[in-house]
Amino acid sequence: MIRKLHSVLGLIASLLLIVLTISAAILSIDPTLERLDSTIPADGHISVAQLADRVATHFPNVEQTQRRPSGSIIVYYSKDGQMGVDRVDPFTGQSMGPYVPSATSRWVKNLHRSFLLATPGRAAAGISSVVMLLLSISGVLLLVKRQGGWKHLWQAPLGKLSQRWHVQVSRVVVIGLLLSALTGAYMSAITFEFISDGMDVEADFPTEMATGSAAAIITFPALLATDLNDFRELIYPFPDSPADTYSLATAQGDAYIDQVTGTILSYQAHNGLRRAYEFIYQLHTGEGLWWLALLLGLCAISVPLISTTGAIIWWQRRGSVPKITDNSKPQSADTIILVGSENGSTWGFANTLHKALRELGWRVHMAPMNQLANKYSSAQRLFIITSTYGDGDPPSSANHFLKRLAHFKVDPKLRVAVLGFGDRQFPQFCQFAKDVDAALLDRGWQKLLALQTIDRQSTQEFSRWGETVGKALGIELTLLHTPKLPKTHAFELVDRVDYGEQVQAPTSVLRFKGVTSQSRTGFKRLFGNGLPYFEAGDLVGIVPPGSDMPRYYSLASGSKNGVLEICVRKHTDGLCSRFLHELPQGGRIDAFIQSNPHFRPGLGSKPVILIGAGTGIGPLAGFIRNNTGRHPMYLYWGGRDPQSDFLYEPELAEYLADHRLTGLKTAFSRVKEGAHVQDRIVLDGEQVRSLIEGDAQILVCGGRAMAANVRQAIDEVLAPLNITVQMLKVQGRYREDVF
Amino acid sequence: MKKIVASIFIISAIALSSFAQAREITLTTQMQNYSGDGAYLAIYLTDAEGNYQKTLWVAGKKSKYYKHLRDWARGSALKASEYDGMSGASIAKGTTFKATVQLDDALIDAGYEIRVDTAVEDKRDVPVDVRVPLTVANSGKPTAGRGYIKAFTYAM
Repeated sequence: MIRKLHSVLGLIASLLLIVLTISAAILSIDPTLERLDSTIPADGHISVAQLADRVATHFPNVEQTQRRPSGSIIVYYSKDGQMGVDRVDPFTGQSMGPYVPSATSRWVKNLHRSFLLATPGRAAAGISSVVMLLLSISGVLLLVKRQGGWKHLWQAPLGKLSQRWHVQVSRVVVIGLLLSALTGAYMSAITFEFISDGMDVEADFPTEMATGSAAAIITFPALLATDLNDFRELIYPFPDSPADTYSLATAQGDAYIDQVTGTILSYQAHNGLRRAYEFIYQLHTGEGLWWLALLLGLCAISVPLISTTGAIIWWQRRGSVPKITDNSKPQSADTIILVGSENGSTWGFANTLHKALRELGWRVHMAPMNQLANKYSSAQRLFIITSTYGDGDPPSSANHFLKRLAHFKVDPKLRVAVLGFGDRQFPQFCQFAKDVDAALLDRGWQKLLALQTIDRQSTQEFSRWGETVGKALGIELTLLHTPKLPKTHAFELVDRVDYGEQVQAPTSVLRFKGVTSQSRTGFKRLFGNGLPYFEAGDLVGIVPPGSDMPRYYSLASGSKNGVLEICVRKHTDGLCSRFLHELPQGGRIDAFIQSNPHFRPGLGSKPVILIGAGTGIGPLAGFIRNNTGRHPMYLYWGGRDPQSDFLYEPELAEYLADHRLTGLKTAFSRVKEGAHVQDRIVLDGEQVRSLIEGDAQILVCGGRAMAANVRQAIDEVLAPLNITVQMLKVQGRYREDVF
Repeated sequence: MKKIVASIFIISAIALSSFAQAREITLTTQMQNYSGDGAYLAIYLTDAEGNYQKTLWVAGKKSKYYKHLRDWARGSALKASEYDGMSGASIAKGTTFKATVQLDDALIDAGYEIRVDTAVEDKRDVPVDVRVPLTVANSGKPTAGRGYIKAFTYAM
């Protein structure tokens, strides 16, 4: 909800806010320029009486003297019937040249206060201030949530480039923006008279005045008593008007001064409202506080950047849902398709279905599963097409679906069919699709078809499902899906380290760099070596020659390490692993990055337990290598023989030495008294328990058999604490990357 | 009999004189091309000593800025009844502004002056920008202003 508010406000107001803040930044320089031009005497050094006397010797017809917030002294006078305005030196009373406030400055000020329109412009500016205030507050709340708490507000942010810049810039300037937005909103309220500025309370114009010839101004007691730094304005009486007086304005209050004797006739001290107004005005404009003005100006100038990165973030988030052409409105469609997808591939299939049904002339509405409505008035058919994430969890576009299902009013004429996408390698094959199907049955929905599953995105199985659907609906339905691969980049092999030949587990650590001859478009190409952005824990999809299906490998490095590193186990009948093992130095691959943001050590300083076997050590080694914050990390790893397949042995020794790694426990299976990694964990039960009690997090990477064994071992070890792996999973403290 | 006729004469003379004749006066103000926003103006009548009599016209919509039209503000005490129905928008620089008001004949050639106070936001206030005696002879003759007003003319 807060995110939606933040996006909506940010997008709508972005243009106005950019104009507002750029003009503000320009204006913020003025107080410094004015200050450079003025000399401020020490307190008590010059009184207003002295100033008036000095001015009188140089200007015969003074009408008004004023002290600007920067300290400059201005004199209004008339000469030969014309008005003049000069700056004067308070020490001598001499003119320092005419006072010409810059016309550009005035124009920019007008732009800032009212966008060059009159009252409606001022209202727009005022509303923009309030919007800025809301954006700042919602932004901070979103950031706290994203970083995992107030304590972690200043940690390095994760995510894509625009997201990181958006966070890094805004969290530095948000205080300045909040101050400017608050003070700006206050000033707008003053302009529209929602709040009083205390200036309506004035001293009473005196009724009794002295008569006679005026004393010399230098003797005026009221002026002698006022120091130049407290002085604001002195208005002289109109010539030849015995009933007129001097008006003196100071920092403390306003007074009428007798023009003959120079004593105070009537005085009004500034009330609280007035003092508040002056203070807040100063905080906003920085007049007289040149350093504050510059600071606020710097904060303001960052807003266009924050606004642009914010727009890019919104655009990228929007783009992850593919463009659906001719999507009908939910309440007028006769067919609904709801999609559960993690990284977009399921959307592709759903889109093919959408297109085919549209060609029949049907009105089809397609949306993420999270957008399940409360009812669909005109629909007769509902298709739910979903993948499963990890171990039976809903994919990100469906994580609220089951909750929302409870609010849906079951409609007897709406028939539903569920299609699950999964991989039979995983024990929880299509588990989420099964859960959804069971929930629908439970709530009494009418089925169009029984649950069908598709293994490994097979386009053939999808076509067959299409035929089944067609038969059930009495139509011809041909679903021809061509999977769209993400755009691949070329990478070149620069280094390899081979392990495990002797123990029949040939494994290599491969390092690639980007091919720099590629076009330099896109600001992903900001790192050296032409690498796109990725982090350890993400996946790289490699498309071997002779296949159009990508194989995924976990990344053991981040793009900031300057290299793309993976651990590959050679399988005799694995097309891709064979291709990679036979790749010579300088050989090229076509690959794309698939981000896997869930598999990461959490932000914060809580201990992390990393558990892996075989090539599973890849991403774990990457986390340790990038553990510059020196959070306690403990690695449990299982291999076959330390002489042969001890992956990363030298690197791990280095990490132990510089404390990026706190503890290393290994288990080798093909040596005397061999053990597997889960045995080691059970042996180390005490340590594991105490770490879990210290809010530790567990990250597991490896084959599915090993992952199952590790789950069992952890359940065993934590039993005395009444904690299970399932509980840790729910808290986000147990994450797996299983292949 | 004579007393009755005399009284009738006197009464009718008084009655007729209290049907004071009023006439229309057009006030034309030509503004200088100063640098700044629209000017606030107060056109008002004072006696020869400068004591406020009545308001003729106020230009400028926001009453909270009226205190910058200093002398007029002091004299009229900024009572809304003084300028009710005689106000309009502020006057932009370089433009010419015309207003037509009703004026009692008794006020003309009676020692009264028309005065104009002006003020511009973020610039100085100019009390008595223009000052001209209200006489038939001065009608149609432009008077130079000393501040934001270039020339002021009134025509009967």
